[in-house]
Amino acid sequence: MLIRKAPDLTYADVTPKSLYLDRRRFLRGMGIAGAAALAGARLWNLASPRTQAFAATKFDGLIKSPFSTTEKQNSYNDVTHYNNFYEFGTDKSDPSKNAQKFQTAPWTVSVEGAVKKPRQFTLDEILKLAPLEERIYRHRCVEAWSIVVPWIGFPFSALAKTVEPTPKAKYVAFESYYDPKQMPWGKYAGIDFPYVEGLRLDEAMNPLALLCVGMYGESLPNQDGAPVRMVLSWKYGFKSAKSLVKIRFTEKQPPTTWNRMASNEYGFYANVNPKVDHPRWSQAKERRLGEFFKRETLMFNGYGEQVAGMYNGMDLRKNY
Amino acid sequence: MRTLLTSKWTKVVVFLVCLMPLASLGWRALHNDLSANPIEFITHATGDWTLRFLLFTLAITPLRKILRLPDLIRFRRMLGLFAFFYACLHFTTYIWLDKFFDLAEMWKDVAKRRYITVGFTAFVLLIPLAITSTTGWIRRLGGRRWQQLHRAIYISAICGVIHYYWLVKSAVLRPLTYAVILALLLLWRIAAKYWPQPRPAAVDLPPKPQRAEA
Repeated sequence: MLIRKAPDLTYADVTPKSLYLDRRRFLRGMGIAGAAALAGARLWNLASPRTQAFAATKFDGLIKSPFSTTEKQNSYNDVTHYNNFYEFGTDKSDPSKNAQKFQTAPWTVSVEGAVKKPRQFTLDEILKLAPLEERIYRHRCVEAWSIVVPWIGFPFSALAKTVEPTPKAKYVAFESYYDPKQMPWGKYAGIDFPYVEGLRLDEAMNPLALLCVGMYGESLPNQDGAPVRMVLSWKYGFKSAKSLVKIRFTEKQPPTTWNRMASNEYGFYANVNPKVDHPRWSQAKERRLGEFFKRETLMFNGYGEQVAGMYNGMDLRKNY
Repeated sequence: MRTLLTSKWTKVVVFLVCLMPLASLGWRALHNDLSANPIEFITHATGDWTLRFLLFTLAITPLRKILRLPDLIRFRRMLGLFAFFYACLHFTTYIWLDKFFDLAEMWKDVAKRRYITVGFTAFVLLIPLAITSTTGWIRRLGGRRWQQLHRAIYISAICGVIHYYWLVKSAVLRPLTYAVILALLLLWRIAAKYWPQPRPAAVDLPPKPQRAEA
Protein backbone atom coordinates (compact mmCIF):
# COMPACT_ATOMS: atom_id res chain seq x y z
CA MET A 1 0.00 0.00 0.00
CA LEU A 2 1.23 3.44 -0.84
CA ILE A 3 1.32 5.72 2.12
CA ARG A 4 1.16 9.31 1.08
CA LYS A 5 2.83 12.08 2.95
CA ALA A 6 0.67 14.82 4.33
CA PRO A 7 0.28 17.78 1.92
CA ASP A 8 3.44 19.83 2.01
CA LEU A 9 3.12 22.67 4.45
CA THR A 10 6.38 24.45 4.98
CA TYR A 11 7.38 26.74 7.78
CA ALA A 12 6.63 29.67 5.47
CA ASP A 13 2.97 28.74 5.62
CA VAL A 14 2.77 29.31 9.34
CA THR A 15 0.90 32.47 10.25
CA PRO A 16 3.32 34.96 11.84
CA LYS A 17 2.70 35.24 15.55
CA SER A 18 2.12 38.98 15.42
CA LEU A 19 -0.65 38.55 12.89
CA TYR A 20 -2.08 35.71 14.87
CA LEU A 21 -2.24 37.81 18.01
CA ASP A 22 -3.63 40.75 16.07
CA ARG A 23 -6.62 38.63 15.37
CA ARG A 24 -8.15 39.63 18.69
CA ARG A 25 -7.74 43.31 18.04
CA PHE A 26 -9.18 42.78 14.58
CA LEU A 27 -12.19 40.99 15.97
CA ARG A 28 -12.76 43.66 18.60
CA GLY A 29 -12.62 46.25 15.85
CA MET A 30 -15.12 44.25 13.90
CA GLY A 31 -17.45 44.29 16.87
CA ILE A 32 -17.29 48.05 17.20
CA ALA A 33 -17.68 48.54 13.49
CA GLY A 34 -20.58 46.16 13.56
CA ALA A 35 -22.34 48.08 16.29
CA ALA A 36 -21.82 51.33 14.39
CA ALA A 37 -23.09 49.78 11.21
CA LEU A 38 -26.10 48.57 13.09
CA ALA A 39 -27.14 52.08 13.94
CA GLY A 40 -26.46 53.50 10.53
CA ALA A 41 -25.74 51.74 7.32
CA ARG A 42 -27.76 48.63 7.99
CA LEU A 43 -31.01 50.44 8.64
CA TRP A 44 -30.41 52.52 5.56
CA ASN A 45 -29.97 49.37 3.51
CA LEU A 46 -32.94 47.66 4.95
CA ALA A 47 -35.23 50.62 4.75
CA SER A 48 -34.87 50.83 1.00
CA PRO A 49 -37.76 48.94 -0.53
CA ARG A 50 -37.12 45.53 -2.02
CA THR A 51 -37.73 45.75 -5.69
CA GLN A 52 -37.35 42.15 -6.66
CA ALA A 53 -39.00 39.15 -5.20
CA PHE A 54 -36.01 36.86 -5.31
CA ALA A 55 -33.04 39.14 -4.85
CA ALA A 56 -31.57 38.20 -1.52
CA THR A 57 -30.84 41.17 0.71
CA LYS A 58 -27.56 40.91 2.57
CA PHE A 59 -27.70 41.77 6.23
CA ASP A 60 -24.59 43.32 7.75
CA GLY A 61 -23.66 44.06 11.32
CA LEU A 62 -25.73 41.32 12.81
CA ILE A 63 -25.56 40.99 16.57
CA LYS A 64 -24.15 37.70 17.79
CA SER A 65 -26.50 35.95 20.16
CA PRO A 66 -25.58 34.13 23.35
CA PHE A 67 -28.25 31.60 22.39
CA SER A 68 -26.24 30.52 19.35
CA THR A 69 -24.78 27.04 19.29
CA THR A 70 -21.20 26.45 18.23
CA GLU A 71 -22.15 23.20 16.52
CA LYS A 72 -21.29 22.76 12.89
CA GLN A 73 -23.82 24.53 10.68
CA ASN A 74 -25.51 22.72 7.84
CA SER A 75 -24.72 23.95 4.38
CA TYR A 76 -26.93 26.58 2.78
CA ASN A 77 -27.58 24.12 0.00
CA ASP A 78 -28.89 21.44 2.37
CA VAL A 79 -31.13 23.84 4.25
CA THR A 80 -32.58 25.33 1.07
CA HIS A 81 -33.08 22.06 -0.79
CA TYR A 82 -34.43 19.79 1.91
CA ASN A 83 -37.39 21.05 3.88
CA ASN A 84 -41.12 20.87 4.31
CA PHE A 85 -43.32 23.66 2.98
CA TYR A 86 -46.42 21.73 1.94
CA GLU A 87 -47.94 24.68 0.09
CA PHE A 88 -45.19 24.09 -2.48
CA GLY A 89 -45.35 20.29 -2.54
CA THR A 90 -44.89 17.44 -0.11
CA ASP A 91 -41.47 16.19 -1.22
CA LYS A 92 -38.65 17.78 0.64
CA SER A 93 -37.07 18.80 -2.64
CA ASP A 94 -40.30 20.40 -3.91
CA PRO A 95 -40.17 23.79 -2.14
CA SER A 96 -36.79 24.64 -3.67
CA LYS A 97 -38.21 23.98 -7.15
CA ASN A 98 -41.74 25.30 -6.77
CA ALA A 99 -41.24 28.41 -4.65
CA GLN A 100 -38.92 30.15 -7.12
CA LYS A 101 -41.62 32.51 -8.39
CA PHE A 102 -43.33 33.11 -5.07
CA GLN A 103 -44.11 36.86 -4.83
CA THR A 104 -43.00 38.16 -1.46
CA ALA A 105 -42.97 41.89 -2.21
CA PRO A 106 -44.91 43.90 -1.28
CA TRP A 107 -45.65 42.10 1.96
CA THR A 108 -47.71 43.04 4.98
CA VAL A 109 -48.35 41.29 8.26
CA SER A 110 -51.53 42.06 10.10
CA VAL A 111 -51.20 42.02 13.89
CA GLU A 112 -54.56 41.99 15.59
CA GLY A 113 -56.78 40.55 18.31
CA ALA A 114 -56.35 41.25 22.00
CA VAL A 115 -53.96 44.17 21.55
CA LYS A 116 -54.22 47.89 22.23
CA LYS A 117 -52.63 48.91 18.96
CA PRO A 118 -53.58 46.51 16.19
CA ARG A 119 -51.89 47.37 12.93
CA GLN A 120 -50.46 46.20 9.65
CA PHE A 121 -46.71 46.07 9.31
CA THR A 122 -44.92 46.24 6.02
CA LEU A 123 -41.83 44.09 5.84
CA ASP A 124 -39.64 47.16 6.06
CA GLU A 125 -41.42 48.25 9.21
CA ILE A 126 -40.82 44.82 10.71
CA LEU A 127 -37.14 45.00 9.86
CA LYS A 128 -36.91 48.25 11.82
CA LEU A 129 -38.60 46.99 14.96
CA ALA A 130 -35.45 45.71 16.61
CA PRO A 131 -31.76 45.19 15.88
CA LEU A 132 -31.21 42.04 13.86
CA GLU A 133 -29.41 39.17 15.50
CA GLU A 134 -27.86 36.06 14.10
CA ARG A 135 -29.03 33.02 16.03
CA ILE A 136 -27.48 29.69 15.23
CA TYR A 137 -30.12 27.24 16.37
CA ARG A 138 -30.58 23.52 16.27
CA HIS A 139 -33.79 22.83 14.37
CA ARG A 140 -35.48 19.46 14.89
CA CYS A 141 -38.18 18.16 12.57
CA VAL A 142 -40.92 15.91 13.91
CA GLU A 143 -39.78 13.46 11.20
CA ALA A 144 -36.60 12.83 13.24
CA TRP A 145 -34.09 14.78 11.20
CA SER A 146 -32.35 17.93 12.31
CA ILE A 147 -30.26 20.82 11.05
CA VAL A 148 -28.20 23.68 12.45
CA VAL A 149 -29.08 27.00 10.86
CA PRO A 150 -27.81 30.56 11.34
CA TRP A 151 -31.16 32.34 11.38
CA ILE A 152 -31.54 36.12 11.38
CA GLY A 153 -34.24 37.96 13.25
CA PHE A 154 -35.17 39.35 16.63
CA PRO A 155 -37.23 38.16 19.59
CA PHE A 156 -40.93 37.97 18.78
CA SER A 157 -41.52 39.88 22.01
CA ALA A 158 -40.18 43.04 20.32
CA LEU A 159 -43.07 42.96 17.88
CA ALA A 160 -45.56 42.03 20.59
CA LYS A 161 -44.53 45.00 22.72
CA THR A 162 -45.23 47.49 19.95
CA VAL A 163 -48.86 46.35 19.69
CA GLU A 164 -49.33 46.11 23.46
CA PRO A 165 -51.24 42.89 24.19
CA THR A 166 -54.17 43.39 26.57
CA PRO A 167 -54.65 41.21 29.68
CA LYS A 168 -57.06 39.13 27.62
CA ALA A 169 -54.25 37.91 25.39
CA LYS A 170 -53.34 34.38 26.49
CA TYR A 171 -52.26 32.88 23.19
CA VAL A 172 -50.81 33.96 19.88
CA ALA A 173 -52.13 32.56 16.60
CA PHE A 174 -50.00 32.61 13.47
CA GLU A 175 -51.29 32.33 9.93
CA SER A 176 -49.21 31.66 6.84
CA TYR A 177 -49.83 33.06 3.41
CA TYR A 178 -51.89 30.89 1.10
CA ASP A 179 -52.75 31.57 -2.49
CA PRO A 180 -53.87 28.51 -4.48
CA LYS A 181 -52.75 30.27 -7.66
CA GLN A 182 -49.19 30.67 -6.48
CA MET A 183 -49.29 27.42 -4.53
CA PRO A 184 -51.27 24.93 -6.64
CA TRP A 185 -49.38 22.04 -5.00
CA GLY A 186 -51.22 22.75 -1.77
CA LYS A 187 -54.29 21.00 -3.16
CA TYR A 188 -52.51 17.65 -2.95
CA ALA A 189 -50.88 18.13 0.43
CA GLY A 190 -53.67 16.51 2.42
CA ILE A 191 -53.83 19.35 4.95
CA ASP A 192 -56.02 22.44 5.03
CA PHE A 193 -54.57 25.81 4.21
CA PRO A 194 -53.87 28.50 5.19
CA TYR A 195 -51.42 26.94 7.59
CA VAL A 196 -52.14 28.00 11.14
CA GLU A 197 -50.03 27.65 14.25
CA GLY A 198 -50.12 28.92 17.79
CA LEU A 199 -48.25 29.46 21.03
CA ARG A 200 -49.12 30.25 24.57
CA LEU A 201 -48.34 33.93 25.22
CA ASP A 202 -45.45 33.14 27.58
CA GLU A 203 -43.93 30.86 24.96
CA ALA A 204 -44.20 33.55 22.32
CA MET A 205 -42.60 36.07 24.69
CA ASN A 206 -39.73 33.72 25.55
CA PRO A 207 -36.44 35.25 24.42
CA LEU A 208 -35.75 32.18 22.27
CA ALA A 209 -38.88 32.70 20.15
CA LEU A 210 -37.48 34.31 17.04
CA LEU A 211 -39.29 36.38 14.47
CA CYS A 212 -37.09 35.41 11.58
CA VAL A 213 -36.37 37.40 8.41
CA GLY A 214 -33.23 35.73 7.12
CA MET A 215 -30.57 33.07 7.28
CA TYR A 216 -26.92 32.69 6.33
CA GLY A 217 -26.47 36.47 6.33
CA GLU A 218 -29.26 37.07 3.81
CA SER A 219 -33.01 37.52 3.60
CA LEU A 220 -34.99 34.26 3.73
CA PRO A 221 -35.14 32.31 0.49
CA ASN A 222 -38.71 31.76 -0.72
CA GLN A 223 -38.70 28.05 0.05
CA ASP A 224 -37.71 28.60 3.67
CA GLY A 225 -40.63 30.83 4.54
CA ALA A 226 -39.82 34.23 3.03
CA PRO A 227 -40.13 36.97 3.90
CA VAL A 228 -40.89 36.52 7.60
CA ARG A 229 -41.49 33.43 9.72
CA MET A 230 -41.23 32.12 13.25
CA VAL A 231 -38.35 29.98 14.51
CA LEU A 232 -38.95 28.07 17.73
CA SER A 233 -35.81 26.10 18.43
CA TRP A 234 -37.21 23.99 21.30
CA LYS A 235 -40.24 22.79 19.34
CA TYR A 236 -40.65 20.51 16.36
CA GLY A 237 -40.18 22.35 13.10
CA PHE A 238 -43.85 22.41 12.13
CA LYS A 239 -44.55 24.87 14.97
CA SER A 240 -42.42 27.49 13.22
CA ALA A 241 -44.96 28.87 10.75
CA LYS A 242 -43.55 30.26 7.52
CA SER A 243 -44.45 33.27 5.33
CA LEU A 244 -46.54 34.94 8.02
CA VAL A 245 -49.42 37.22 7.05
CA LYS A 246 -51.41 37.32 10.24
CA ILE A 247 -50.57 37.29 13.93
CA ARG A 248 -53.52 37.29 16.29
CA PHE A 249 -53.46 37.56 20.07
CA THR A 250 -56.29 35.47 21.47
CA GLU A 251 -57.94 34.51 24.70
CA LYS A 252 -58.49 30.89 23.73
CA GLN A 253 -56.01 28.32 22.46
CA PRO A 254 -56.01 28.69 18.68
CA PRO A 255 -56.36 25.72 16.33
CA THR A 256 -53.14 24.47 14.74
CA THR A 257 -52.90 22.77 11.36
CA TRP A 258 -51.25 19.44 12.17
CA ASN A 259 -53.14 19.07 15.40
CA ARG A 260 -56.39 19.53 13.50
CA MET A 261 -55.25 16.95 10.96
CA ALA A 262 -54.20 14.26 13.48
CA SER A 263 -54.53 15.30 17.11
CA ASN A 264 -53.16 12.00 18.43
CA GLU A 265 -49.92 12.58 16.52
CA TYR A 266 -49.32 16.32 16.77
CA GLY A 267 -50.07 18.20 19.95
CA PHE A 268 -50.47 21.91 20.51
CA TYR A 269 -47.15 22.17 22.36
CA ALA A 270 -45.00 19.92 20.18
CA ASN A 271 -41.95 20.46 22.35
CA VAL A 272 -39.00 18.34 21.28
CA ASN A 273 -39.14 15.40 23.67
CA PRO A 274 -37.12 12.20 23.18
CA LYS A 275 -39.26 10.40 25.75
CA VAL A 276 -42.59 10.89 24.03
CA ASP A 277 -42.70 9.05 20.73
CA HIS A 278 -44.73 10.09 17.78
CA PRO A 279 -47.30 7.26 17.55
CA ARG A 280 -45.71 6.04 14.34
CA TRP A 281 -42.02 6.55 15.04
CA SER A 282 -39.54 7.03 17.84
CA GLN A 283 -38.38 10.51 18.80
CA ALA A 284 -35.44 9.23 20.88
CA LYS A 285 -32.92 9.80 18.11
CA GLU A 286 -32.53 12.01 15.11
CA ARG A 287 -30.45 12.18 11.98
CA ARG A 288 -28.53 15.40 11.71
CA LEU A 289 -28.31 16.09 8.02
CA GLY A 290 -24.80 15.34 6.87
CA GLU A 291 -24.15 12.78 9.59
CA PHE A 292 -24.12 9.04 9.10
CA PHE A 293 -25.02 7.87 12.58
CA LYS A 294 -28.11 9.01 14.39
CA ARG A 295 -27.66 11.14 17.46
CA GLU A 296 -29.64 11.25 20.67
CA THR A 297 -32.41 13.81 20.69
CA LEU A 298 -32.17 16.27 23.58
CA MET A 299 -35.07 17.31 25.79
CA PHE A 300 -36.43 20.61 24.48
CA ASN A 301 -33.86 20.17 21.72
CA GLY A 302 -31.20 21.18 24.24
CA TYR A 303 -32.87 24.47 25.18
CA GLY A 304 -34.25 23.30 28.53
CA GLU A 305 -32.37 25.97 30.45
CA GLN A 306 -34.34 28.67 28.66
CA VAL A 307 -37.72 27.02 28.32
CA ALA A 308 -38.24 24.14 30.79
CA GLY A 309 -39.58 26.51 33.45
CA MET A 310 -42.60 27.34 31.30
CA TYR A 311 -43.79 23.76 31.54
CA ASN A 312 -43.31 23.13 35.26
CA GLY A 313 -46.02 20.91 36.65
CA MET A 314 -47.33 19.97 33.21
CA ASP A 315 -47.60 16.35 32.15
CA LEU A 316 -45.61 16.44 28.95
CA ARG A 317 -46.91 13.01 27.96
CA LYS A 318 -50.39 14.45 27.78
CA ASN A 319 -49.37 17.87 26.54
CA TYR A 320 -47.16 16.58 23.75
CA MET B 1 -44.23 -9.49 -31.37
CA ARG B 2 -44.00 -13.11 -30.51
CA THR B 3 -40.44 -13.44 -31.78
CA LEU B 4 -39.52 -10.31 -29.87
CA LEU B 5 -41.00 -11.65 -26.65
CA THR B 6 -39.41 -15.05 -26.97
CA SER B 7 -35.98 -13.82 -27.99
CA LYS B 8 -33.43 -14.48 -25.30
CA TRP B 9 -32.02 -11.02 -25.89
CA THR B 10 -35.26 -9.40 -24.81
CA LYS B 11 -34.81 -11.06 -21.48
CA VAL B 12 -31.32 -9.70 -21.18
CA VAL B 13 -32.55 -6.22 -22.04
CA VAL B 14 -35.41 -6.42 -19.53
CA PHE B 15 -32.96 -7.62 -16.89
CA LEU B 16 -30.71 -4.63 -17.51
CA VAL B 17 -33.65 -2.23 -17.50
CA CYS B 18 -34.75 -3.63 -14.14
CA LEU B 19 -31.32 -2.72 -12.79
CA MET B 20 -31.69 0.90 -13.85
CA PRO B 21 -33.19 2.13 -10.57
CA LEU B 22 -30.19 0.72 -8.75
CA ALA B 23 -27.82 2.18 -11.33
CA SER B 24 -29.52 5.54 -10.90
CA LEU B 25 -28.94 5.39 -7.14
CA GLY B 26 -25.31 4.50 -7.73
CA TRP B 27 -24.91 7.34 -10.20
CA ARG B 28 -26.49 9.82 -7.82
CA ALA B 29 -24.32 8.56 -4.97
CA LEU B 30 -21.20 9.15 -7.08
CA HIS B 31 -22.36 12.65 -7.94
CA ASN B 32 -23.44 13.59 -4.45
CA ASP B 33 -27.01 13.89 -5.63
CA LEU B 34 -28.87 11.85 -3.03
CA SER B 35 -30.38 14.96 -1.39
CA ALA B 36 -29.40 16.31 1.99
CA ASN B 37 -30.63 13.09 3.59
CA PRO B 38 -29.13 10.28 1.47
CA ILE B 39 -30.26 7.47 3.75
CA GLU B 40 -33.86 8.59 3.56
CA PHE B 41 -33.53 9.01 -0.20
CA ILE B 42 -32.23 5.45 -0.61
CA THR B 43 -34.92 4.09 1.72
CA HIS B 44 -37.68 5.79 -0.23
CA ALA B 45 -36.27 4.90 -3.66
CA THR B 46 -35.84 1.21 -2.87
CA GLY B 47 -39.27 1.09 -1.22
CA ASP B 48 -40.91 2.74 -4.21
CA TRP B 49 -39.25 0.32 -6.62
CA THR B 50 -40.26 -2.68 -4.54
CA LEU B 51 -43.89 -1.63 -4.84
CA ARG B 52 -43.54 -0.87 -8.53
CA PHE B 53 -42.00 -4.26 -9.29
CA LEU B 54 -44.71 -6.00 -7.28
CA LEU B 55 -47.28 -4.21 -9.43
CA PHE B 56 -45.37 -5.04 -12.65
CA THR B 57 -45.33 -8.70 -11.59
CA LEU B 58 -49.03 -8.66 -10.84
CA ALA B 59 -49.73 -6.95 -14.15
CA ILE B 60 -48.29 -9.82 -16.20
CA THR B 61 -51.28 -12.15 -16.00
CA PRO B 62 -53.91 -9.51 -16.87
CA LEU B 63 -51.74 -8.18 -19.69
CA ARG B 64 -51.19 -11.65 -21.11
CA LYS B 65 -54.93 -12.08 -21.35
CA ILE B 66 -55.95 -8.61 -22.37
CA LEU B 67 -53.23 -8.18 -24.98
CA ARG B 68 -53.31 -11.88 -25.92
CA LEU B 69 -49.59 -12.14 -25.39
CA PRO B 70 -49.12 -15.36 -23.41
CA ASP B 71 -45.35 -15.13 -23.88
CA LEU B 72 -45.23 -12.29 -21.38
CA ILE B 73 -45.09 -15.05 -18.78
CA ARG B 74 -41.39 -15.34 -19.54
CA PHE B 75 -40.80 -12.14 -17.60
CA ARG B 76 -42.96 -12.76 -14.56
CA ARG B 77 -40.41 -14.60 -12.46
CA MET B 78 -37.72 -12.06 -13.25
CA LEU B 79 -39.95 -9.14 -12.28
CA GLY B 80 -41.03 -10.90 -9.09
CA LEU B 81 -37.42 -11.57 -8.16
CA PHE B 82 -36.56 -7.93 -8.82
CA ALA B 83 -39.37 -6.94 -6.46
CA PHE B 84 -37.70 -9.16 -3.87
CA PHE B 85 -34.29 -7.73 -4.77
CA TYR B 86 -35.43 -4.14 -4.15
CA ALA B 87 -37.30 -5.25 -1.03
CA CYS B 88 -34.02 -6.71 0.27
CA LEU B 89 -32.22 -3.43 -0.44
CA HIS B 90 -35.03 -1.54 1.27
CA PHE B 91 -34.93 -3.80 4.32
CA THR B 92 -31.12 -3.70 4.42
CA THR B 93 -31.17 0.10 4.38
CA TYR B 94 -33.58 0.05 7.30
CA ILE B 95 -31.78 -2.53 9.42
CA TRP B 96 -28.33 -1.18 8.66
CA LEU B 97 -28.54 2.56 8.15
CA ASP B 98 -31.57 3.24 10.32
CA LYS B 99 -31.19 0.70 13.10
CA PHE B 100 -27.46 -0.05 12.79
CA PHE B 101 -28.14 -3.77 13.24
CA ASP B 102 -29.70 -3.23 16.64
CA LEU B 103 -31.99 -6.24 16.43
CA ALA B 104 -33.67 -5.50 19.76
CA GLU B 105 -34.57 -2.05 18.47
CA MET B 106 -35.81 -3.59 15.25
CA TRP B 107 -38.13 -6.03 17.02
CA LYS B 108 -39.47 -3.21 19.17
CA ASP B 109 -40.19 -1.29 16.01
CA VAL B 110 -41.84 -4.26 14.31
CA ALA B 111 -44.04 -4.95 17.32
CA LYS B 112 -44.90 -1.36 18.16
CA ARG B 113 -45.27 0.50 14.91
CA ARG B 114 -47.98 -0.79 12.69
CA TYR B 115 -46.54 0.59 9.47
CA ILE B 116 -43.34 -1.34 10.19
CA THR B 117 -45.29 -4.44 11.26
CA VAL B 118 -47.13 -4.48 7.98
CA GLY B 119 -44.05 -3.62 5.92
CA PHE B 120 -42.07 -6.35 7.62
CA THR B 121 -44.90 -8.80 6.93
CA ALA B 122 -44.85 -7.84 3.26
CA PHE B 123 -41.12 -8.50 3.14
CA VAL B 124 -41.21 -11.82 5.01
CA LEU B 125 -43.99 -13.11 2.76
CA LEU B 126 -41.77 -12.57 -0.27
CA ILE B 127 -38.96 -14.76 1.08
CA PRO B 128 -40.61 -18.19 0.48
CA LEU B 129 -41.74 -16.99 -2.92
CA ALA B 130 -38.22 -16.03 -3.90
CA ILE B 131 -36.85 -19.36 -2.60
CA THR B 132 -39.43 -21.44 -4.45
CA SER B 133 -39.16 -19.47 -7.66
CA THR B 134 -36.85 -22.01 -9.28
CA THR B 135 -38.04 -24.64 -11.73
CA GLY B 136 -36.84 -27.31 -9.32
CA TRP B 137 -39.11 -26.03 -6.58
CA ILE B 138 -42.06 -25.76 -8.95
CA ARG B 139 -41.55 -29.40 -9.80
CA ARG B 140 -41.12 -30.44 -6.18
CA LEU B 141 -44.26 -28.62 -5.02
CA GLY B 142 -46.37 -29.40 -8.04
CA GLY B 143 -48.03 -26.72 -10.11
CA ARG B 144 -51.17 -26.34 -8.07
CA ARG B 145 -49.54 -26.17 -4.65
CA TRP B 146 -46.85 -23.90 -6.03
CA GLN B 147 -49.48 -21.57 -7.37
CA GLN B 148 -51.39 -21.56 -4.09
CA LEU B 149 -48.21 -20.63 -2.24
CA HIS B 150 -47.42 -17.89 -4.70
CA ARG B 151 -50.79 -16.24 -4.15
CA ALA B 152 -49.05 -14.83 -1.07
CA ILE B 153 -47.86 -12.08 -3.39
CA TYR B 154 -51.38 -10.61 -3.22
CA ILE B 155 -51.10 -10.25 0.55
CA SER B 156 -47.54 -9.00 0.30
CA ALA B 157 -48.52 -6.31 -2.20
CA ILE B 158 -51.53 -5.24 -0.11
CA CYS B 159 -49.32 -5.04 2.99
CA GLY B 160 -46.73 -3.08 1.02
CA VAL B 161 -49.24 -0.47 -0.08
CA ILE B 162 -50.69 -0.18 3.44
CA HIS B 163 -47.13 0.21 4.74
CA TYR B 164 -46.68 3.21 2.46
CA TYR B 165 -50.10 4.65 3.24
CA TRP B 166 -49.53 4.43 6.98
CA LEU B 167 -46.15 6.06 6.97
CA VAL B 168 -46.94 9.29 5.14
CA LYS B 169 -47.93 12.28 7.22
CA SER B 170 -50.70 13.61 5.01
CA ALA B 171 -49.67 13.30 1.36
CA VAL B 172 -51.72 10.19 0.59
CA LEU B 173 -51.89 10.84 -3.14
CA ARG B 174 -48.97 8.58 -4.06
CA PRO B 175 -49.83 5.66 -1.78
CA LEU B 176 -53.41 5.93 -3.03
CA THR B 177 -52.19 5.75 -6.62
CA TYR B 178 -50.45 2.46 -5.83
CA ALA B 179 -53.57 1.30 -4.01
CA VAL B 180 -55.80 2.02 -7.00
CA ILE B 181 -53.51 0.20 -9.44
CA LEU B 182 -53.23 -2.77 -7.09
CA ALA B 183 -57.00 -2.83 -6.61
CA LEU B 184 -57.52 -2.88 -10.39
CA LEU B 185 -55.05 -5.74 -10.81
CA LEU B 186 -56.71 -7.78 -8.06
CA LEU B 187 -60.26 -6.97 -9.17
CA TRP B 188 -59.39 -8.14 -12.66
CA ARG B 189 -58.46 -11.51 -11.18
CA ILE B 190 -61.74 -11.77 -9.28
CA ALA B 191 -63.64 -10.78 -12.39
CA ALA B 192 -61.73 -13.30 -14.49
CA LYS B 193 -62.54 -16.00 -11.99
CA TYR B 194 -66.25 -15.36 -11.55
CA TRP B 195 -67.13 -14.11 -14.98
CA PRO B 196 -65.00 -16.25 -17.22
CA GLN B 197 -64.99 -15.26 -20.82
CA PRO B 198 -66.74 -17.66 -23.22
CA ARG B 199 -63.52 -18.96 -24.68
CA PRO B 200 -61.88 -21.26 -22.18
CA ALA B 201 -58.42 -20.19 -23.35
CA ALA B 202 -58.98 -16.81 -21.77
CA VAL B 203 -59.46 -18.21 -18.31
CA ASP B 204 -56.56 -17.64 -15.98
CA LEU B 205 -54.99 -21.07 -16.11
CA PRO B 206 -52.36 -22.00 -13.59
CA PRO B 207 -48.97 -21.66 -15.23
CA LYS B 208 -47.70 -25.05 -16.22
CA PRO B 209 -44.46 -25.81 -14.49
CA GLN B 210 -42.78 -27.10 -17.61
CA ARG B 211 -43.40 -23.77 -19.32
CA ALA B 212 -41.39 -21.88 -16.81
CA GLU B 213 -37.98 -20.95 -18.04
CA ALA B 214 -34.90 -22.28 -16.43
